[in-house]
Amino acid sequence: MITTSGLTKVYRSRGREVTALDGVDLHVREGEVYGVIGQSGAGKSSLIRCVNLLERPTAGTVSVDGHDLTALAGRGPRAGRELRRARSRIGMVFQHFNLLSSRTVQDNVELPLEILGTSGKERSRKALELLDLVGLSDKAKAYPAQLSGGQKQRVGIARALAGDPKVLLSDEATSALDPETTRSILQLLRDLNRQLGLTVLLITHEMDVVKSICDSAALMENGRIVESGTVSELLATPGSELAAALFPVGGDASGDDRTVIDVTFQGDAATRPVISQLSRTYNIDISILGAAMDTVAGRQVGRMRIELPGVYEENVVPIGFLREQGLQIDVVGERELVKDGAK
Amino acid sequence: MTWSEMQPLLEQACWDTLYMVGWSTLIAVVGGLPLGILLVLTDRGGLLQNVVANKVIGQVVNIARSMPFIILMVALMSFTRTITGTTIGREAAIVPLAIGAIPFFARLVETAVREVDHGLVEAVQAMGGNTWTVVRRVLVPESLPSLISSATTTVVALIGYSAMAGTVGAGGLGDIAIRYGYQRFETGLMWITVAVLAVVISVIQFAGDYAARRLHRRGGGSGAAPRLRLLKAGPKLGKAA
Repeated sequence: MITTSGLTKVYRSRGREVTALDGVDLHVREGEVYGVIGQSGAGKSSLIRCVNLLERPTAGTVSVDGHDLTALAGRGPRAGRELRRARSRIGMVFQHFNLLSSRTVQDNVELPLEILGTSGKERSRKALELLDLVGLSDKAKAYPAQLSGGQKQRVGIARALAGDPKVLLSDEATSALDPETTRSILQLLRDLNRQLGLTVLLITHEMDVVKSICDSAALMENGRIVESGTVSELLATPGSELAAALFPVGGDASGDDRTVIDVTFQGDAATRPVISQLSRTYNIDISILGAAMDTVAGRQVGRMRIELPGVYEENVVPIGFLREQGLQIDVVGERELVKDGAK
Repeated sequence: MTWSEMQPLLEQACWDTLYMVGWSTLIAVVGGLPLGILLVLTDRGGLLQNVVANKVIGQVVNIARSMPFIILMVALMSFTRTITGTTIGREAAIVPLAIGAIPFFARLVETAVREVDHGLVEAVQAMGGNTWTVVRRVLVPESLPSLISSATTTVVALIGYSAMAGTVGAGGLGDIAIRYGYQRFETGLMWITVAVLAVVISVIQFAGDYAARRLHRRGGGSGAAPRLRLLKAGPKLGKAA
């Protein structure tokens, strides 16, 4: 649905060059919620703004719903008719909502329809329908200044949906909101994704956002995507930074002659008593250093950090047993060995 | 001079002043609003970025604005004559008044429009809006309270200019003050003229502030401009927010 290839953005100011995007290849499938996560300055914001060409990429291409937007852009700095038409089919929500303070809630939602040239009656019908969808039908005549942050973002979302977009871009939509409101806005985005089949590309610096609504995720660092994939693929990737961040477990080894491993359970593996089987089969004592169960992308996932007696070489067989059970094993602090083991 | 002698004089002078100021304000708004918006749009990073155009407009505005009005008025005499057929009277005064006020108002418009949150411009661009949509739906309506304050400032400045125009035969309150107060030592009439001017200016200022506040009260909270204005509003902050 959204594909970027070799997307590069270099900012030039007074002879200095800053590379915000360095050859980003992103592929967002139709109907999924895709999260791009990274620290500030990683290039997330440039990336999402290049998707609807609010920012002109220095090199590379962007295509949304089969249209090559970079080809529509033309050469000048101004957006031509075709690019503007393509933009009207891409909804966007912003961190600071960007609602017009001089207009009522309903008039804000009608704005994209005014731009599309929809008739007055149709505009107000559509706007009220959308406000109903986001649960704000009673605020149609209010001004943005009279709303709370969460309500403003709901208006922002209703406005983004006015042009019947297939794609919604979310630029840190929940970063200015408190945790409670964040949850309700994420829930709304999830519902819209399911009900309308809306493809959502969101950028965020909050891991919780990815955890609660994303089907796929990408980690950005220094203008590059360093990891990407569906959330379950990522969780199944040994040594994945994103997986570890999505699902942190703590705990240190109690001595040098111990082996610490992280066990990740997904799906039905989560329900089998593998640890007690391991203990009985090999007659070893297992200490649990840390453990967590959570729902990631709608799936039950568990992660446990356990300690086995003896160094890694002595534990090759028990670790092999766990792998046979369909569990994902990361040996902590022995990354080289893990990679050998994976071969 | 008795009150019955003064009254018709003052009445006529009042109307002349309002007539000159009214028309020149209208022309200043019609000319200055697009000029001010253009100054923002053509600036570096603006929607119609054009450094040369920006520099040229900026220079013209600066020179015209810093020109002492009385000199501008004299310099424009032949131009005024071409347009109105005369250089005397209230119609003739409108020409230099308007030309002096256009750059004055344009700079105020520029400042007001610059304060509109760029995020709003981006939001409209993301919806597929063009530059004209941005101007019409965002820049003007979002800065409207500031624009009204700017227009009020311009009206008050024009009343001041019109008094100068009065000295060279434009009529109005300035003319009365000069001819009767300064040349004939009619101190009474002069003080009354001063009082009338004070009342007129106060009424205009009050009306302008009131309109700006009314417009602003419903808005605010979504950009730099409203926040700055809230600070200025001081004790009304609670109500406005």
